[in-house]
Amino acid sequence: SSQVVWDTLGNRQFCSYKITTKTQNFCRNEYNLTGLCNRSSCPLANSQYATIREEKGRCYLYMKTIERAAFPRRLWERVLLNKNYEKALEEIDENLIYWPRFIRHKCKQRFTKITQYLIRIRKLTLKRQRKLVPLRRKIERREKRREEKALIAAQLDNAIEKELLERLKQDTYGDIYNFPIHAFDKALQQQDAESESESDAEKEEDDEDTDTREFVEADDSDLSDFEDMDKLETSSEEEQEEEEEVEKKASHSKSKGKTPLKGPARRKRRYIEIEYEEETEPTTKTKAA
Amino acid sequence: AGDGSGPVGAAAEDGGLPAPERVLFPPTFSVSEIKNKQRRHFMFLRWKQQQRKEKLAAKKKRRKEREALGDKAPPKAVPKTIENQRVYDETTVDPNDEEVAFDEATDEFAPYFNRQTVPKILITTSDRPRGRTVRFCEQLSTVIPNSHVYYRRGLALKRIIPQCIARDFTDLIVINEDRKIPNGLVLSHLPDGPTAHFRMSSVRLRKEIKRTGKEPTEHVPEVILNNFTTRLGHSVGRMFASLFPHDPQFIGRQVATFHNQRDYIFFRFHRYIFKSEKKVGIQELGPRFTLKLRSLQKGTFDSKFGEYEWIHKRREMDTSRRKFHL
Repeated sequence: SSQVVWDTLGNRQFCSYKITTKTQNFCRNEYNLTGLCNRSSCPLANSQYATIREEKGRCYLYMKTIERAAFPRRLWERVLLNKNYEKALEEIDENLIYWPRFIRHKCKQRFTKITQYLIRIRKLTLKRQRKLVPLRRKIERREKRREEKALIAAQLDNAIEKELLERLKQDTYGDIYNFPIHAFDKALQQQDAESESESDAEKEEDDEDTDTREFVEADDSDLSDFEDMDKLETSSEEEQEEEEEVEKKASHSKSKGKTPLKGPARRKRRYIEIEYEEETEPTTKTKAA
Repeated sequence: AGDGSGPVGAAAEDGGLPAPERVLFPPTFSVSEIKNKQRRHFMFLRWKQQQRKEKLAAKKKRRKEREALGDKAPPKAVPKTIENQRVYDETTVDPNDEEVAFDEATDEFAPYFNRQTVPKILITTSDRPRGRTVRFCEQLSTVIPNSHVYYRRGLALKRIIPQCIARDFTDLIVINEDRKIPNGLVLSHLPDGPTAHFRMSSVRLRKEIKRTGKEPTEHVPEVILNNFTTRLGHSVGRMFASLFPHDPQFIGRQVATFHNQRDYIFFRFHRYIFKSEKKVGIQELGPRFTLKLRSLQKGTFDSKFGEYEWIHKRREMDTSRRKFHL
């Protein structure tokens, strides 16, 4: 009758445990030994059958014989296998003595596989496991947006500069930077007063002045390379006297905010204004000749 | 169509006409009750224009009044910002608070601030770091003096920590990586100090920053901690401060900034130059990133049994847009 079962279920009609894929047929039955849908592997189509199943880390050998085919409740007989691998294999052998070779072999293979994966589970649980935390899209977007706004509100550069200037004022740097505070300011104010009174008269002469006041400093300070700023610092004191001229230039060229910085850089480009005097002889005199 | 717009139009014009002798009731229709979309849209635009005109008129009037008053005008209203409107946090630190000063004198960072210990940092990553993270670690180790980068190689943190303590490390930084970008930072102060877990975002390496200068030198940088106002913020700020040696070398002219704004901590590393008394120029070198505090734990890293001093609970803490914790 197992042949009948196989003829109906296995090949022709519907078997609910069967899964067909392009290359193979699988059997979903939990008592199946190999997992494939074959004549020899189908637990329904074989009246004498055995499997290995594991429960909570212990392996059991399940057996089904013809005598109990009428009693579904007692159909599968269960034997607990030894924890020791070799002893368990011997137990399989002695329980399945006189059984077909195929079933015995496959049982042992399955048992081996199961023990291997149990060992692996135990090893992995000892190691650290990476916990995957799902990101929530709405929250991520919200956080990103808030971060951008916070960045804009922070005005980092300004804050840092302010803090550094505060520290300079409070003398945390000691004597490294010698900006003589009060004297400098006073001198600056004096020069301010002078230059304002003189600038009106001298504005017209500015063009010619640039010729006479050639800045001879051959400063190779590249403003992007801050390592050479020491030169700039030492020259800043020289600049005090030349502040006047620089300021006039500032008023002339309308870049007030930048001139103190661009002092050395501007010196590179010499603002020599060349006046062209063209002597064009009237061309219409040819007639006279 | 005529019927539909008739009463509506009449009602609108009632409000626009000069008020008759008896009191006018405000029109009882609202723009949203018109079913026809086009007409509703039209009415809405008209209403908007009216609002704008009124606002402009009010502004002009106010300005005229202000000019008329001249010096006696009331001071200009300060615009509301999120920082202005921040919900007052009761744990804000008052600079003269004795209790806070006492706490800080006796907490885990006291040895550092008393100059008894020199910080020594260990930087590591999560398993199998990818290119960006590795480079970020290297750059971070150039920024923080006296720091060493070690590869993780699948070691458990709980086992690393005793070894670190044995070798005299004071701080441990673990950079967590996800899909080839660093996205988390665990900062742990070692001889059982607090552990802070941050989420890291917008990491920029040195070559991605524009106009960056030369590499950071070996000088000890200065540290700027901005806006850490509450108790929690204070302790986090002290954690950051304890990463760097106590005496900065001003010759190096480098400064590391941790700026807290609305609970986001921005890290920048600059080189500065004083161009004059009132002017300083800064040039950004070094990596930059932003951190957001997720949790602060009392002891060293222990996710299961640790005693958490502060965890970010989204449902409770993110309810108000004006409430910040750092």
